[in-house]
Amino acid sequence: MKAARYLACFVVVAVCALSLTASWLAPAGYAKQFREVPDSPPSRAHWLGTDEVGRDRFARVLYGTRVSLLLAPAAALVSTALAALIGGLAGYLGGIWLKLARAFTDLFLSLPWLFLLITVRALLPLNVSPVVSVLITFLILGLLGWAASARVLSTSADALRSSDFVLQARASGIEGPRLFLVHVLPNLKPVLYAQFWISIPVFILSEANLGILGLGVAEPLPSWGSLLRELEGLISFREEPWRLVPLLLLIVVMTSFQLLLSNEEVTA
Amino acid sequence: MIGHPLSFPPKRKTCALVVFTLLALTAWAQNGGQLRFCLRSEPKTFDPLLVDDDASLSIRYLTGGVLVRVNRHTQELEPELAESWKVSPDGKQITFRLRNGLHYSDGTPFSAEDVAVTVKRLMDPALHSSLGDAFRVAGTGVTAKVVSPSEVSVVFPGPIVGIERLFDELVIVSAHSPRKNAAVLGPFMVSDYKVGTSVLLERNPNYWKKDAQGRSLPYLDSVRIDIQPNRDVEMLRFRRGELDLINTLDTDYFDRLASSSPQLVHDAGPSLDSDFMWFNQVASAPIPDYKHAWFRSVNFRRAISEAINRDDLARVVYNSHAQPAVGPVSPANKIWCNADLKPEPYNIQAALDRLKSDGFHLQNGALIDKSGNPVEFAIVTNSNSKARERMGVLIQEDLGKIGIKVNLVTLDFPSLIERISQKFNYEAAILGFRNVDLDPNGQMNIWMSSAENHAWNPQQKSPETAWEAEIDKLMRAQAESSDAKKRKQSFDRVQQIVYDQAPFIYLVNLNALSAVSSSVAGANPGILYPQAFWNADRLMLTGSALARK
Repeated sequence: MKAARYLACFVVVAVCALSLTASWLAPAGYAKQFREVPDSPPSRAHWLGTDEVGRDRFARVLYGTRVSLLLAPAAALVSTALAALIGGLAGYLGGIWLKLARAFTDLFLSLPWLFLLITVRALLPLNVSPVVSVLITFLILGLLGWAASARVLSTSADALRSSDFVLQARASGIEGPRLFLVHVLPNLKPVLYAQFWISIPVFILSEANLGILGLGVAEPLPSWGSLLRELEGLISFREEPWRLVPLLLLIVVMTSFQLLLSNEEVTA
Repeated sequence: MIGHPLSFPPKRKTCALVVFTLLALTAWAQNGGQLRFCLRSEPKTFDPLLVDDDASLSIRYLTGGVLVRVNRHTQELEPELAESWKVSPDGKQITFRLRNGLHYSDGTPFSAEDVAVTVKRLMDPALHSSLGDAFRVAGTGVTAKVVSPSEVSVVFPGPIVGIERLFDELVIVSAHSPRKNAAVLGPFMVSDYKVGTSVLLERNPNYWKKDAQGRSLPYLDSVRIDIQPNRDVEMLRFRRGELDLINTLDTDYFDRLASSSPQLVHDAGPSLDSDFMWFNQVASAPIPDYKHAWFRSVNFRRAISEAINRDDLARVVYNSHAQPAVGPVSPANKIWCNADLKPEPYNIQAALDRLKSDGFHLQNGALIDKSGNPVEFAIVTNSNSKARERMGVLIQEDLGKIGIKVNLVTLDFPSLIERISQKFNYEAAILGFRNVDLDPNGQMNIWMSSAENHAWNPQQKSPETAWEAEIDKLMRAQAESSDAKKRKQSFDRVQQIVYDQAPFIYLVNLNALSAVSSSVAGANPGILYPQAFWNADRLMLTGSALARK
């Protein structure tokens, strides 16, 4: 298991390093259009071929990796922090607070997200650069994606509230924020880690779906989500296997993230 | 040697076998079978007078009987339920002589009274029929007079040119049938409808048409239309032989299918459809004044038009299954296209020269206007069209070459329509027209400055520019004239003005792409809707498709 974790760590570091060397490995950049060779197979000039408008797919994968690996964890961090604040605190306080938080979480989970996101997009300005649009996209995901994690955290915090060590801490006179920050929150760490890692692929895939709604990363900036959209309409994988590279990269990186979790975090 | 009366020498045996096989195949094909294809959305209505969407249009085309029909292949008008017609010299009245002895699918006889009742119902303002709006183009008060059981006159309040073409879409409903709209005069009738799943059409036993050999049409027993919004699934089912045709194919699917089965795909050449881009010129739109000034400048619009490489759009985005567009009328419209116009040539230097004449200049590679504002705008398009998104990406790079920064935004269709037609909260847009009408009267709702679909600046109380006033005048003149030559001159001039002023920057005319299984005989896909099954009453199935249950 230790070897697997080392391997996973190596994979994540290698992928991050590769994405950071994008400008050196793929000097043409992600936006340059080679219009004479659109949708071409791999060649010496274009290692993974070109996309439908002739952009180098290898460059787009590297730059897209950079965007997704930076922003999906950032969005996961936002949503996990919100979940810890709302779910963890409600579980710790218990009673009416826990009931209120659960009712609010349930209400939030039952909202028709598609329509909510469409409304949010309609409120946003149109004339924003692709970089700003990608930041907005992942921020929205982070702000809206906390509810499921909050539910898990509230249950865990509720269980901790009546645990022996918390009772002992209370008996020792520790109360309020100190009890929550020093005794409860550290014991929620495995659950928080798990929710954080689980959220990353969810946000990457959500970003791909949002692209269809116009909420995704704006052209010409690539992301794993926008690269996965290229798989729409692919009937046979055997015909153009190189188009699967973004999907394989996503699977490898997400598997590595899961392997990085300790046993306790996984079971949490 | 005396042979058996039914025996043949070897060569004759082969000939006889071929003849028998052909006869058997023909006889087999006549026995019907079920044609299967998909619609991408649910039909919104089965009332033929209320049709407003593609899915309902397909059902109406297959089931409804009309007085006259535009032949989808020759683009000529042909008699259907009416064996002849006559337009009065003042262009206000059309008299149809009807075929005798026709019956609806339930056996109710067809007569002139049915036509009169249909027209009366269509003209009922409470019906809110878009087809009714087309009939009201010369004003309200359209009436139908029964002259005799086989003769009916429809009278309009004013002259309408091409009056007879209006009746291509008017399905005649029965005045007396207890089954009302379910009683039809077309080749098929609706026999089953499963919401969200399928529509089953069965052969109309009382259909009046016969083929050259005197056999009753249609050849098919039934048509099964599945509701399938997912194009991948549609393509997979077609490849597996579960579907017999795909009416409109995207270029990606077309090329993939062509690489494996080139005999199944049909590129009928440029269709009437076009994609185009325009700038928001609405005075009250919530955009800065300096951008208003850009968008209202003809030099700015023409410069953008010149800086877009249309050949690349057609080649890269549509894999050469599109042609660089010239103007509002596709070259596929053989009657009305202004042949003198040629696609705007791609010329960056000419574009920059035009912009300079308007006070723009380049500074560190960025285009700056005379007030010092960098030129940047957002183009919106619908998010479910990959082709338009790709065109946006190409235009983004093309305009980058003249220092313009373009932000491409894809929106879901309802949000997009709200922005461009109600709130006017956008700067530029890429969309397309799906034309079904060949006559310029069908475009009155676009070119008249007071029209809702006058997309760049709709519903003007009076024309805001001289060239829009001239277009209004020319469109009215062509609509009121009965002289075909004068109409053509007027509409040619409209096309020239649109080319010169570029309120719409036409990008490409799409080719009509479809796929038809080799088990379908008689298919002849064309450019007009419905491309692959316009002659459904003469389609035949052979082989495995015929045996399929």
